[in-house]
Amino acid sequence: MKINPQIIKKHGIKTDEYKKIIKLIGREPNMLELGIFSAMWNEHCSYKSSKKYLKTLPTKNNKVIQGPGENAGVIDIEDGDAIVFKIESHNHPSFIEPYQGAATGVGGILRDIFTMGARPIATLNSIHFGDPSHLKTKNLLHGVVSGIGGYGNCMGIPTLGGEVKFNSTYNENILVNAMAVGLVKKNKIFYSKAKGINKSVIYVGSKTGRDGIHGASMASAEFDENTEEKKPTVQVGDPFTEKLLLEACLELMQDDSIISIQDMGAAGLTSSSIEMASKGNLGIEINMNKIPCREENMTPYEMMLSESQERMLLILNAGKEEDARKIFTKWDLDFSVIGKTTDTKNLVLNYNDKEVANLPLSALSTDAPLYDRKWKKSLEIKKIDTPKKFESESLSESLKKILSSPNNSAKNWVWEQYDQTVMGDTIQSPGGDSGVVRIHGKNKAIALTIDSSTDYCLADPITGGKQTVCEAWRNLISVGANPVAITNCLNFGNPEKEIVMGQFVETIDGIKQACQYLNFPVVSGNVSFYNETNNNSISPTPTVGGVGLIKNINNMMTSNFKNVGNFIFIIGKTLGHLYQSEFFKEVMNFNDGPPPKVNLFNEKNNGYAVLDLISKNLAESVHDISSGGILLSLAEMCIRGKIGANINMPKVNLNKHEYFFGEDQSRYIIEVKIGHKKEVEKILKKQSIFYEEIGKTQKDEILIEKELKININELIELNTNWFKRYIT
Amino acid sequence: MKSSVVVFPGSNCDRDVAVALKKFNIKNQMVWHEESSLPKSDLVVLPGGFSYGDYLRSGCIASKSKIINDVIKHGKNGGLILGICNGFQILIETGLLPGVLLRNKRLRFISKSVFLKVENTNNIFCKNYKKKNIIELPIAHNEGNYFANNYLIQKLEDLNLVAFKYCNQEGKIEKNFNPNGSLNNIAGILNENKNILGMMPHPERFIDPYLSGEDGSNLFKSLFESL
Repeated sequence: MKINPQIIKKHGIKTDEYKKIIKLIGREPNMLELGIFSAMWNEHCSYKSSKKYLKTLPTKNNKVIQGPGENAGVIDIEDGDAIVFKIESHNHPSFIEPYQGAATGVGGILRDIFTMGARPIATLNSIHFGDPSHLKTKNLLHGVVSGIGGYGNCMGIPTLGGEVKFNSTYNENILVNAMAVGLVKKNKIFYSKAKGINKSVIYVGSKTGRDGIHGASMASAEFDENTEEKKPTVQVGDPFTEKLLLEACLELMQDDSIISIQDMGAAGLTSSSIEMASKGNLGIEINMNKIPCREENMTPYEMMLSESQERMLLILNAGKEEDARKIFTKWDLDFSVIGKTTDTKNLVLNYNDKEVANLPLSALSTDAPLYDRKWKKSLEIKKIDTPKKFESESLSESLKKILSSPNNSAKNWVWEQYDQTVMGDTIQSPGGDSGVVRIHGKNKAIALTIDSSTDYCLADPITGGKQTVCEAWRNLISVGANPVAITNCLNFGNPEKEIVMGQFVETIDGIKQACQYLNFPVVSGNVSFYNETNNNSISPTPTVGGVGLIKNINNMMTSNFKNVGNFIFIIGKTLGHLYQSEFFKEVMNFNDGPPPKVNLFNEKNNGYAVLDLISKNLAESVHDISSGGILLSLAEMCIRGKIGANINMPKVNLNKHEYFFGEDQSRYIIEVKIGHKKEVEKILKKQSIFYEEIGKTQKDEILIEKELKININELIELNTNWFKRYIT
Repeated sequence: MKSSVVVFPGSNCDRDVAVALKKFNIKNQMVWHEESSLPKSDLVVLPGGFSYGDYLRSGCIASKSKIINDVIKHGKNGGLILGICNGFQILIETGLLPGVLLRNKRLRFISKSVFLKVENTNNIFCKNYKKKNIIELPIAHNEGNYFANNYLIQKLEDLNLVAFKYCNQEGKIEKNFNPNGSLNNIAGILNENKNILGMMPHPERFIDPYLSGEDGSNLFKSLFESL
């Protein structure tokens, strides 16, 4: 077939880019080569629009062993242990085929973790759907949740947390972000950089089929009414094979057979072989006849672009091939020596004894296009009026409305489809502030959280970016963990639009500021652009996955009220910011205005003060205050502990709605025993932390004199009913 | 006491149960599915997971695996067998335990903590539950909906072969507290000789007070103390 402009366009390559290809290789590419360029130069693999800004993010602190650029980030958690973690999006495939899209999203991120030698010990996910009443939402929700469960449950890895959100911005473009976390010995981490020439390149895992061809290119384009036709670009997962691959890889990793290893994820064999060789500044030669194929008569083009799942590429030390083969045969997996490393710095593919492709690796990696896209500052929000008469709404009815709204209702229906306790080390399951998993056989644990704030980010991307990082930080603090680092998944619309690019640039700026100030670096992540359908972009949605360390599990904290008669303290100042709050959105139907400001100084100080109280055993329970303000957080603590609270009216100069529903940042609620009150106050005063004592825990009901009186059982009903009703 | 945990491709609770056995001083070894004979063992454990991907039907392919003949022989000779979750499904598929495990009533995977009443404490697995017979353990399965004909259910009840039933915190056994639709709220059963136990809940996951609970400990203690 001769290459014509139409074929070039179909490969997602722009005219200028095609000219660049010709210039780089000094001739026209053949079809196979064009396919390879399309796989490597698309947005998903090349980060051509985002690289410039990603480079500005802080990626180091004294705990970081490996930052961005590898299969996943790695942090040191002492005693020779390290944690490997990363988040990735699988938005486009999940919208086209929710079960397989979500399942392979989990499969892909798990491979990134065990490729580095780590045994996965937890997964989390952040899933965003359109309006609950939108025709597609229910079906997508069912499909995505059972897909995530179907894969993770079979792998035997607990799902420890996540978020499920609804927002009409995702009506035609849902988000499925999956995060995985693994444990590895610090001195047994495996990397993808190839070393040495004439080393065997080995293909292991599943056979290659025709599924997922051009998946990465599909994920680099927007959707339209013909989206359904893209179904064949979605990969089909087999968690059973992945489980075998996991065990086989970890078994082989016991000794020093492996020089480097890379999973075949987006752009399959193409990107894995190119990345390994180009990182090692080598060349690579592959005999396409050696690729294990699932179907007959597959062409090199199909083999190179297939995104069949559960496959890995290894480079082994000389003489180790037979021992390695034994292990993979034991686990019933394919094992094929498909080529070798060379010193040519080229990718050479042979098929039926003929050279079918020969490309300089630099053209595919370092010389790939980079864009400095035009962007527009987001509009400054003018002073706007608050909705009329919000002061006359009843506190009680408002709380009930918020508590039973889709976004704030309990998500047990979702969590209960994910195995949370397999591996026997789960300490906190989904539903608290962070998931907590013990390090097997040790007395320490890690805390994990995943967060996003769509509406804040749309209203003001810089503040929204900051806030999302702070939210993760606060969730880790609330369980008594020292926040260490984050991974982020940046979900945006079409970067060729100046407004979208502006949202991206500003969000990164916000994330950067918060990460820098909190010494909470980004060690891995992924960018997902082109989240739009028929020209409608989603709201900017950065998702942050945070990891913290709990050195002694006895110091772990939970958010359920523990006992009747304890004091309730608010740490941090309440200013009464109601724009973008759940109260305005759910009760007043009002979506305008700026998000609450983030004060990083307070964030850090308040956080460390709370951590100090927890480590001194002075707090009985801790919960951060986020969406829904003080009152929703209190209600959640009551529900979780089945204990009520008697709350005083505020003494400050704010109206009661501002006080109880305001979403000011950097705040926590803590429960303090009577006997500990003095010491707690002493510590807080010494550290100049603003705090208020707002009431006491009591039996059975949450009470604000003359304003609100709701029984715990009613709170639970309100909180659980919406989802139950929606789903049946 | 010596035990063997059989590892099938796709087993994923093999390590967890090995950790539990070790914690309660039972000498354990792992046995790969392709072995043709078991090492000398008092107890054989078929662990949870998705043996052979649960393709065809949960536990079905494992019931035809190479090692399983020796497991069946061991059980028929009076040796102890504990099947947890997928292990229970395998025991059913081999015919060592009667009935079937259907898909959960609501056709969804269910993972949560449930309350159980230990209905029979007169067997080697459960005798330590005499003092406290209402316990909390996690379940995590897709096919745990126990079903059999009336005759068989009656027989299980008459011979006191139901080991565990789903209940509430007070031990009330009602439909409301049945997570998966299984008949008579059955969560685990014994064979007639009471040397084989199959159960859907995971005792090996609740053996540590620092984690979610330790109601699983008494099962392993019972086993250790029996020999």
